Amino acid sequence: MENLFNRKYTIQALFIIVALILLGKLFYIQVVSDKYFLSAESNVLRKIYTFPARGVIFDRKGKVLVQNEPVYDLMVIPNQVKSFDTLELCRIIGIDMPGFYKRFHKATVQSRYQPTVFEKQLSVEIYASLQEKLSRFPGFLVQNRTVRNYPDSIAGQFFGYVKEVTQKDIDDNEGYYRPGDYIGKAGIERQYNDVLRGERGVTNMLYDARNVPQGSYSDGKLDTLARSGEKVYSSLDIEVQKLGEQLMKNKVGSIVAIEPSTGEVLAFVSSPGYDPNIMVGKGYNKNYMGLLAEPNRPLNVRPISGYYSPGSSFKPVDALIGLQEGVIDPDMTFNCPGYYWAGNHKVKCEHVDGNVALRRGLARSCNTYACNVFTKLMTQKRFKNQKLAYSDWEAKVRKFGLGAPLDIDMPFERKGTLFTSNEYTKRFGKYWGYTTVISLAIGQGEMAATPLQMANIMAIIANRGYYVKPHLIKAIGDKKVIKKEYVQKNYVDIEARHFEPVIDGMQEAVNSPWGTAVLSRLPNIIMCGKTGTVQNPHGKNHSVFIGFAPRDNPKIAIAVIVENAGFGSTYAAPIASYMAEKYLTDSISGYRKAQVEWMKKQVVLPEQPKPKIKLMPKNTDSAGKSNPTAPVATANKIADKPKPIATR
Amino acid sequence: MRAQQGNRFFFNVDWVTILIYVALCAIGFVNIFASIYNPENSAVFNFGSSYGRQLIFIITALVLGFTILLLDAQFFSVFSPIIYGGTIFLLFMVLVIGNKVAGNQAWIAIGSFKLQPAEFAKFGTALLLSRYISSFSPKFTEIKSIFFAAIIIGVPLLFIMLQPDTGSALVFLSFMFPLYREGLSGYFLLIFLGMIVLFVADFLLPIYLIILIILGIGGFFMYQNRKRQKVLFTVILATIIAIAYLFTVKLIYENVLQQHQRTRIEIMLGLKTDPKGAGYNVIQSKIAIGSGQAFGRGFLEGTQTKYGYVPEQSTDFIFSTIGEEWGFLGCFVVIGLYIFLLLRVINLAERQRSSFSRVYGYCVASIIFFHVFINIGMTIGIIPVIGIPLPFISYGGSSLWSFTVLLFIFLKLDSNRMGFI
Repeated sequence: MENLFNRKYTIQALFIIVALILLGKLFYIQVVSDKYFLSAESNVLRKIYTFPARGVIFDRKGKVLVQNEPVYDLMVIPNQVKSFDTLELCRIIGIDMPGFYKRFHKATVQSRYQPTVFEKQLSVEIYASLQEKLSRFPGFLVQNRTVRNYPDSIAGQFFGYVKEVTQKDIDDNEGYYRPGDYIGKAGIERQYNDVLRGERGVTNMLYDARNVPQGSYSDGKLDTLARSGEKVYSSLDIEVQKLGEQLMKNKVGSIVAIEPSTGEVLAFVSSPGYDPNIMVGKGYNKNYMGLLAEPNRPLNVRPISGYYSPGSSFKPVDALIGLQEGVIDPDMTFNCPGYYWAGNHKVKCEHVDGNVALRRGLARSCNTYACNVFTKLMTQKRFKNQKLAYSDWEAKVRKFGLGAPLDIDMPFERKGTLFTSNEYTKRFGKYWGYTTVISLAIGQGEMAATPLQMANIMAIIANRGYYVKPHLIKAIGDKKVIKKEYVQKNYVDIEARHFEPVIDGMQEAVNSPWGTAVLSRLPNIIMCGKTGTVQNPHGKNHSVFIGFAPRDNPKIAIAVIVENAGFGSTYAAPIASYMAEKYLTDSISGYRKAQVEWMKKQVVLPEQPKPKIKLMPKNTDSAGKSNPTAPVATANKIADKPKPIATR
Repeated sequence: MRAQQGNRFFFNVDWVTILIYVALCAIGFVNIFASIYNPENSAVFNFGSSYGRQLIFIITALVLGFTILLLDAQFFSVFSPIIYGGTIFLLFMVLVIGNKVAGNQAWIAIGSFKLQPAEFAKFGTALLLSRYISSFSPKFTEIKSIFFAAIIIGVPLLFIMLQPDTGSALVFLSFMFPLYREGLSGYFLLIFLGMIVLFVADFLLPIYLIILIILGIGGFFMYQNRKRQKVLFTVILATIIAIAYLFTVKLIYENVLQQHQRTRIEIMLGLKTDPKGAGYNVIQSKIAIGSGQAFGRGFLEGTQTKYGYVPEQSTDFIFSTIGEEWGFLGCFVVIGLYIFLLLRVINLAERQRSSFSRVYGYCVASIIFFHVFINIGMTIGIIPVIGIPLPFISYGGSSLWSFTVLLFIFLKLDSNRMGFI
């Protein structure tokens, strides 16, 4: 038999082995793995966020365009809810019992212990009646935050809208956003989101196992206060903007007005517009779908995304290049028999004026004159062939800001159309010449510009040779910081002396009895401009006017496009004149007031295209618009026979 | 003569063990204080609070301990049947008049004080087992001796199972170690180990695979011993029993064990995670211990401890406080103290002249060992959640007193090792 005394060592060895097993496991969970350490942090540490107010936006005169309005989110902590009068709560916040259970279930799934949104954005009135009784609803609490409020209910496309972040926004911004944060989704709210959003405040709180707060983490050293978004000063003149929207009511089109010397956009009208307030709060989804379904697409930001052939309004640019190249001089005349033959193309002219020089050519918008200038440019001797001549011309036109985005501070700007000679070769084959592209002379053909680009051309002419990048926000923050690129002058390389004859022609267009836009002449102010009647492959011609005023030391450059409204002189020119007068004199003079009122009432809507999205009938007037089918009939009638606007 | 005896008494008592004992009690008090500690309400020392009561328990336990040292050493040997009978009576009474706490009928309430007889049954059984071995010098190669020992251990075990208090019942398995020391075949330990391995394997592997493995191992030994008929027979029998056991386990597991016990076992084996339910304790305990990292967060700095994330933290899960606030270093010290205590008790037991003292010493070491292993193992998730206290450290009067009595009886016996019992 073995010595039993030795069994002592077996037992002692067993004790030591077991101790080593315990220590091994402890070493793993305490020293090797940091998983448990991190779990401990997430056990006790909660970040409580306070939401910042978004930055306020002012107009150029300091009037508030966007402010913040308090709203109240009803939150629930499911595990703290005890039995209560659910019907009463439902009645106060205006939901039904199934809705209550749906919301409660959703909140429970998200978290039992943390506050989750139960009902978003209660109004002040509901909040007031709820506040009194909140103690009767254990587990419910109210968190206040702010939403946007647009006191003037205008310029929807300019502002864009703000929305709660989606999962995609959260992923794209690498953790900056958390669910429940707001983000600008369109317009200025999107473009300047980083400036406007401000900074979330965070309080690091310690919580015990029963979810009772136990004070702040390391004495609040890591806590931050919410910081409101920066103030943003817009360049818009709210009065002019408002007038523009009223004038464009029941019409489709754009108005862009620019202060030439600074590039500041004074008015940014996109019609049809919408009230930006409908994109705030609970009705957002319904209203958004409603806007999406409207046939005239109010969500389109036409000033920067609408494509229009510039038409006759392009003629001054062509003339300026002609003058700079020396192929014409202001007194050179061309005979206009009422048409122009370019090879076997016949370009019609609206009138037979005989020998036409630059000034009259522009004032009367003579197609023959324009075609002659273009032909001369394309057939200059110094170029080996017309393709090279075209390329040279194209480069000069591009300097005017055509064919490329102007980089305005607004998302989704489109660049317009201007072909390179290679693109023409691709389209027409090797053998093309000026006769092939003669329609460019009158701003038609392979040329499209946004209303912003057209207004910018006017700013260039008003400045006699340069432009500042057009922009909608002129300064940011209390220090009124201005971006560098918005003070820099971009020259178009045309000598200042060449502008005067062109401006003479544009002055005549508005101010002399034979001018195309003479009916829109301003009392006491010399406005220079150019009408355009733009051929529209989809329907009636668009009415276009571009101009600036006053002639000397111009303060406003403007482009107006009214779709399907026919001649430039009928709608676009008078609208531009009212806008200019309003901006320059702060009022509309005497007899013109009646004209403005008349214009506001005009309905010029295109024939209704088939809706892209089928919608439920009740959504049509959700955006506060009248049923579009009725006005269309009248619109066509009016558009068929444009009435003379008023007599002097 | 009396004075001389007094000197001898203090000279003979193993002060090192008492020092370790006091150290563990102090560690217990500090950590109970930390786990009860509420940062908002910490100004005054309060005897009404748990740590206040624990201080009273420690002081009374010391008084109790030194009283035991003053008793005659022979008292324990002589009165062991009566003490044993008394604890059995208490175990019986608890079933009759006991209070039900969390489904277990384990407490007898005497005024505001709650007595847990299972704690006292441990040293009652230890005393009687020692007395049996010292008086009858049984040979544990004989079935008869094993049977008597099994009766002594089995009766209190049965009563405790009826409460039911699985944790305390498991501790009675620790009596295998003294029996092993006194001559019980090592095979019992091996069989016991094999049973545990098979039990765990039953959950983790498909049953046919385990049978195949058993047959493989059995076959190997059968081939090895094919010439020796008697051994061959034993191996065949063992193989059959192993397979039968496998099925029995499944059967017992599904029909006898209660749902909460099944869940605990499944969580321990990693078959089930239930962070909000039964697994909550273990997960939170592991988080607390793990968050202590190498050197701990410091006294009263443990966030998990302070904010009550670990349930039962002052009693069964006191080790998680140690782990969080004192880190791996603290755990190492505590486990080191226990191991030092256990090895010392074993060494002291071996120097005894009387077999009563020796067997009793082994009982003491084994019981403490089982408690420490199961309790710490449970807090770090290598053993299912079994509610037994950590000796000398966990909050609670019954537990502290019974461990004190257990240990100090041995110290008394040891101080008297030159005398005869």
